[in-house]
Amino acid sequence: MLPTGEVTMIEAVIFYFFAISTVISATAVVTVRNPVHAALFLVLTFFTSAVIWMSLEAEFLAIILVLVYVGAVMVLFIFVVMMLDINVARLREGFVRYLPLGLLVAAIMLGLMLSVVTSDVFVLDAGSEPLPKPADYSNTEALGGVLYTDYVFAFEIAAVILLVAIIAAISLTMRKREKTKYQVPSDQIKVRKADRLRIVKMPSEEKR
Amino acid sequence: MVSMEFVYLAIPLASLAGALIAGFFGKQIGRSGAHFVTISGVAVSFILSLLVLHDVAFEGAPIYNQSVYTWMISDGIRFEVGFLIDGLTALMMAVVTGVSLMVHIYTIGYMRDDDGYQRFFSYISLFTFSMLMLVMSNNFLQLFFGWEAVGLVSYLLIGFWFKRETAIYANLKAFLVNRVGDFGFLLGIAVLLMFTGSLDYYEVFARADTMVAATMQVIPGLDWSVITLACILLFIGAMGKSAQVPLHVWLPDSMEGPTPISALIHAATMVTAGIFMVARMSPLFELSTTALSVVIVIGATTAFFMGLVGIVQNDIKRVVAYSTLSQLGYMTVALGASAYSAAIFHLMTHAFFKALLFLAAGSVIIAMHHEQDIRKMGGLKKYMPITYWVSLIGSLALIGFPGSAGYFSKDAILIATKNADVWGAGYAYMAVLLGVFVTAFYSFRMFFLVFHGEERMDEHTRAHLHETPAVVTVPLILLAIPSAIIGWLTIETVLFSDFFDRAIIVFEEHGAMAAVAEAFQGPANFVLHGLAPGPTWLAALGVIGAWYIYLKNPQLSNRIKSKVEWLYRLLDNKYYFDRFNETVFAATARGVGQVLWRLGDALMIDGLIVNGSARLVGWFSGVVRHVQTGYLNHYAFAMISGLILLLGWVVLG
Amino acid sequence: MMTLTLSHYLILAAVLFSISIAGIVINRKNIIILLMSIELMLLSVNLNFIAFSHYLDDLAGQVFVFFILTVAAAEAAIGLAILVVLFRNKRSINVEDIKELKW
Repeated sequence: MLPTGEVTMIEAVIFYFFAISTVISATAVVTVRNPVHAALFLVLTFFTSAVIWMSLEAEFLAIILVLVYVGAVMVLFIFVVMMLDINVARLREGFVRYLPLGLLVAAIMLGLMLSVVTSDVFVLDAGSEPLPKPADYSNTEALGGVLYTDYVFAFEIAAVILLVAIIAAISLTMRKREKTKYQVPSDQIKVRKADRLRIVKMPSEEKR
Repeated sequence: MVSMEFVYLAIPLASLAGALIAGFFGKQIGRSGAHFVTISGVAVSFILSLLVLHDVAFEGAPIYNQSVYTWMISDGIRFEVGFLIDGLTALMMAVVTGVSLMVHIYTIGYMRDDDGYQRFFSYISLFTFSMLMLVMSNNFLQLFFGWEAVGLVSYLLIGFWFKRETAIYANLKAFLVNRVGDFGFLLGIAVLLMFTGSLDYYEVFARADTMVAATMQVIPGLDWSVITLACILLFIGAMGKSAQVPLHVWLPDSMEGPTPISALIHAATMVTAGIFMVARMSPLFELSTTALSVVIVIGATTAFFMGLVGIVQNDIKRVVAYSTLSQLGYMTVALGASAYSAAIFHLMTHAFFKALLFLAAGSVIIAMHHEQDIRKMGGLKKYMPITYWVSLIGSLALIGFPGSAGYFSKDAILIATKNADVWGAGYAYMAVLLGVFVTAFYSFRMFFLVFHGEERMDEHTRAHLHETPAVVTVPLILLAIPSAIIGWLTIETVLFSDFFDRAIIVFEEHGAMAAVAEAFQGPANFVLHGLAPGPTWLAALGVIGAWYIYLKNPQLSNRIKSKVEWLYRLLDNKYYFDRFNETVFAATARGVGQVLWRLGDALMIDGLIVNGSARLVGWFSGVVRHVQTGYLNHYAFAMISGLILLLGWVVLG
Repeated sequence: MMTLTLSHYLILAAVLFSISIAGIVINRKNIIILLMSIELMLLSVNLNFIAFSHYLDDLAGQVFVFFILTVAAAEAAIGLAILVVLFRNKRSINVEDIKELKW
């Protein structure tokens, strides 16, 4: 058993390693030239964050982040990036020009947020450091227990939102192809002989 | 026996029902349907009113004073619909419904070819209803309702031929002038309400004593006795409705309306509402001799000077209208002399003979194909005998020929005025005495010009002259009978019995009526008394004068006219009242309106508030518009800046 | 002995957020990178939620993250769909070419 309130060296090492790689890969996302590379770096950022979430005992969400985000959303991103024929050079215009401004804004933001975070407000007293969960504790089960009881309506609304998103995405991107040929079964059934068949009477030609 | 309450309710409602049916379903029921329902309604009202009058006058029915419906109670003040049935009310009801019934029947003939036939019947029935509500009321609220309702119907009927521009101006004028009076009336009611906390007649009368000592400052630094103020304000209302100087200007113009209306509303009933109201308020007016002086002086002025104007009028209806003004002045004088019962008596007789004169004038107008100028008439006697004789009866009643209805009432007023002791009574007596001569002069001037002398109409009209149909002449005859005899029959009951006990209260020290009672020894003696030198001789002088100037020696009138040019001009312009009102009140109002329109409406409201705010928004939007570039990144950047500002505010603030 | 406190995680989240903001400002032309920056922002917010959830021992934070992930997935799907349509019509994903917000 690990002592309460203590953090082992290995945990600290893990945190710092993945924290630093998260920051680096995130920086890469916003700075690299090629959007494909940016997307891949974003994937890396998600991966490293997932590890940090894992260390915060949010196993289920960590897995979901990898499965849903990396597996679905980011793949979608990469598909789109690769599908579109993007003129990268033009998109990079002004990058250098806006760099100082971007850094300034980010610095101000960071300064402000750090001043909040490091102030007394968020320093929880040492005694409230959570106990490690027992071995048979299942984060998934606990989350499911809350999700299907207290938050069931929100959960259902989330489901509807996803459905709407599916419909929206499909209806936005679907194209009618004019040349496509397809059958209309109802028309085929409703057809009558008179619509198709014309009987022409003509005298037989005489043999010459 | 049905309960009396039901009868009292049925009297006004029968007329109202007729008015509503004829008004809303006029198209469906047609012309004959319209006059059938309205005449039945008014006939029911008339018969029931006679029943009530019989009960009150001969059976000695107790005074009925009850509310039938409480509209609301606000702050302890009850707003009710109720009836007060006593001698005064019963008499008024009978007069109103009786004259109204005659006018209804007469209208069938007079309005035969008019497009607004059903509408007209609906209006006059509605008028009957309103007038009944007015006279039957037992509280000020209902009185005011009836007051305004008859004003409304009067407005509608003066402008009945609304395509005629003069009619529109006339009804607008009537409406505006009446507003002035009604404003005073309303203020008077407000004063009474403020000091007594009640709208009910009897409650107000019971507390009237407290108002004698009380004073209030209308103009700072000037103490006014409350009772005097209230009475004068109420009388201003009466001046508007009963057309007393200087609020009389609307009545002659109201002759633009159809003649039956002139007879019913602007001669017999509505214009007497003011007289009725003052008589009804006698317990209040008795308390203030100042108010009585105001009443008597204004009444006397109206009686004499408006009669003078009647001499120079050439429109047959206007002559009668000025005679109405003058007679209303007589009634007002009687009120001021504390001879309320004499005023009501004259009101009643006047209702009959003036309605008769108007309807006779209407009959002449029908025969003359709607020509109203008496200079273009003459010699009608042989064409229209019935109209001639009823007109003669009406005119004799008007001038007070001994024995006729008008003689009794007018002589009662004269004697009462002579014995009145309020300030101004002497002036009033001179005015009414001279008024007798003037009345006789203009009445018979018109009578001679219309029915005697040479025939001045054109050939075409002369060829078509004939007596009017029965629907016209029957009401004339029916009205002629009371005009001749009702004075003789009723003078004892109305003036000298206890008929008006409690309805009209006269204090001991105002002895005018007592003096009349002393002089009175039966109607026959009263008539004989008239043959002695006095008012009757003056009247005779007037008739002879008219005969000499207009029949015997027609050129004389023109010569007199040119001799006293200024007087003629003054009279012809009706003492310049209209000119004065136009240049002073109307012009001022227009000027104020112009300024308010320019500054208040156009500049302030339209310019600054409405368009100004719109322009401000437009300008501001024009400035702000530049922030909206349409570029996505600008919006993103704006969001980030906002976020930073918000965060900075929270953290550093 | 090193200790890991809540502040560590919060600072990491703040740094991530600032990077994504810098990304939005710098890459003001490339819509795809903008979308990715937004994903990064959401990630940092999620990290905050999870850290608080852990240190306060309250599952509600994780539930919120769950919903944020759902909404973010929906948003990404629709955003990319719009992007595809946009590219189809304009043959460009340059932000400067998209100025129909101001007509």
